[in-house]
Amino acid sequence: MSPIRRRRTPVLGDGGAPPALDLAAVTKTYGEQPPVRALRGVSLTVRKGELLAIVGPSGSGKTTLLHVMGTLERPTTGTVRIDGVDVDRLDDRGLSALRARSIGFVFQQFFLAEHSTVLDNVADGLLYAGVEVRERRRRAMEALARVGLEQRASSRPTKMSGGQRQRVAIARALVGRPAIVLADEPTGNLDSATGASIVELLHELNADGATIVVITHDAELAARLPRQVHVRDGLITSDSARERIDVPAEIRS
Amino acid sequence: MTALVPARLRFGDQARVASIGLRARRLRSALSALGIAIGTAAIVAVLGLSSSSQAGLLHEIDRLGTNLLTAKSGQAFSGQAAQLPQEAPARISRLAAVEQVADTATVDTAKVYRSPLIPPVSTNALTVRAASLNLLPVIATSVDQGRWLNSATATEPVVVLGAVAAQRLGIDRVHSGQRVWLGGQWFYVAGILKPAVLAPDIDTSALVGYPAAQRYLNHTSIVHGKAANGPPSTMYVRCRTSQVSAVHEVLAQTANPESPNEVDVSQPSDALTARAAASGAFNSLFLGLGIVALIVGAVGVANIMIISVLERRSEIGLRRALGATRGQIRTQFLSEAIALAFLGGAVGVAAGVLATAVYAATKHWAVVIPPEAWAGGIGSAILIGALAGLLPALRASRMAPTEALRTV
Repeated sequence: MSPIRRRRTPVLGDGGAPPALDLAAVTKTYGEQPPVRALRGVSLTVRKGELLAIVGPSGSGKTTLLHVMGTLERPTTGTVRIDGVDVDRLDDRGLSALRARSIGFVFQQFFLAEHSTVLDNVADGLLYAGVEVRERRRRAMEALARVGLEQRASSRPTKMSGGQRQRVAIARALVGRPAIVLADEPTGNLDSATGASIVELLHELNADGATIVVITHDAELAARLPRQVHVRDGLITSDSARERIDVPAEIRS
Repeated sequence: MTALVPARLRFGDQARVASIGLRARRLRSALSALGIAIGTAAIVAVLGLSSSSQAGLLHEIDRLGTNLLTAKSGQAFSGQAAQLPQEAPARISRLAAVEQVADTATVDTAKVYRSPLIPPVSTNALTVRAASLNLLPVIATSVDQGRWLNSATATEPVVVLGAVAAQRLGIDRVHSGQRVWLGGQWFYVAGILKPAVLAPDIDTSALVGYPAAQRYLNHTSIVHGKAANGPPSTMYVRCRTSQVSAVHEVLAQTANPESPNEVDVSQPSDALTARAAASGAFNSLFLGLGIVALIVGAVGVANIMIISVLERRSEIGLRRALGATRGQIRTQFLSEAIALAFLGGAVGVAAGVLATAVYAATKHWAVVIPPEAWAGGIGSAILIGALAGLLPALRASRMAPTEALRTV
């Protein structure tokens, strides 16, 4: 268990800001025989303006949690509310529209289009939100400025370092000003110095108002964020924003 | 709370997204479009060439004139070969609508050989004919080399060879002293004719003057008890273009009033026009080959799209994460396949038109590309692209986002 660090944002589950993300008793079971219970009842509220880490070892269910939070998968039971919308009531088209409008993703592998310019990569973050191309590029330029890469707008991602590519990917996630940004191991492919600068950037963006959830196995990285949620075997074992977690006996043993 | 409806992609965005895969893998796209291009090029070229050759033939017919009629000696009721009366050409020339009459007479008794050493059976299927001196303008041909008969050479052992006859006798040049063995004696070659499109019989003929035929080849008839030029076997009649059918009707009776049924009258340009119409039929084999090439091209496109979907899993996953619906992913890959096939089709049509233009230029034909050739070429390419892209596009759209994002 990591100790509770200095809190940089005052919003910590105190009901001050409306929730950006709300999971209630979410379970996820894969397969039939034998069924794999990846999530076994997760309840988590992320309020607007928060920056938190979901941390756990591989196999803890944190990737499944990311997918469920990002509406890429539906929970087996339980409810997921994003930006006030109950995911269960949406069909696939509705989920797509929700992702286009309210969720930004940052991936460990960046997933940038090598044959497009940096600007167009970022602008693609608005492609499915129905924004016209000139407006997309204008807002992409703003987003690039926020991550400090406006000078590289016309270069190709292949000519950039890993840290710069991750900044481009972050700009793409932020360009639509989504209710929540989900970052999956954002520093996983980077050296520690570059990783630290990415964490610094996340802090700055959070200070500007972005709600960011970082999913990581790296407890050190998690410790540098204001709130840590620990996951193990499909359950939340600790949450620095809460006093006490009711961990079922079977896990503790 | 506003309803969550996915935004529609604008057409420009749709096209931009569809072109990404093509631009990212240019060589591969070009190669898979090549199959489609070859198929379309073959189809367009086959249709274009046959139309152009048709146009060329019709133009040639126009140039040669459609007002030529021929009257040949046919068969008598008994089945024997009939003869035209000796005075038939003179009678025909008195018809008001007739402008010119020329005639030839087949000299069956004489054959033409390169030399006396050639066995008599090797006739090369050539015919010896006596010809009136005005033959060339009437059948719209001219001398290729040397000169035509005149009133002096028409009485001497002098011959003018038709284009095919010269070729079969192995004579490609006319020089003084050039001779052929004709009817048992040497005849001097005065000239070689250009092909006579309206009177192909002339091409395979060795032509001599009527007086020469009478004197050296014994082709005579008796008129009023005196020997005269032999009877004609074919008459070539030029008449006023507006009166062709009227002349056609009375020609047989005028030529041989006693037994008009023994005269065969025809209009050579009709036969050529019919041939032009029929010449479109020969190319169904090539058309079939073009369609086979198109199908092979379609398989290539389908193959490349399936590989593309597998390779671009993470792109699909990313797009789904960015908010693309299944339908938008499906449309992206489908329009990519269609764009690929369309590019191939457009290149193929251009190549087919170019091939037609080059070939038509060497033949001095007008370039005619029928609209159904290029429209059909592009259309079938698009259709084939859609068919080839359907399965890969469905596979791409059915891929679960989490599966697509999983790194290998």
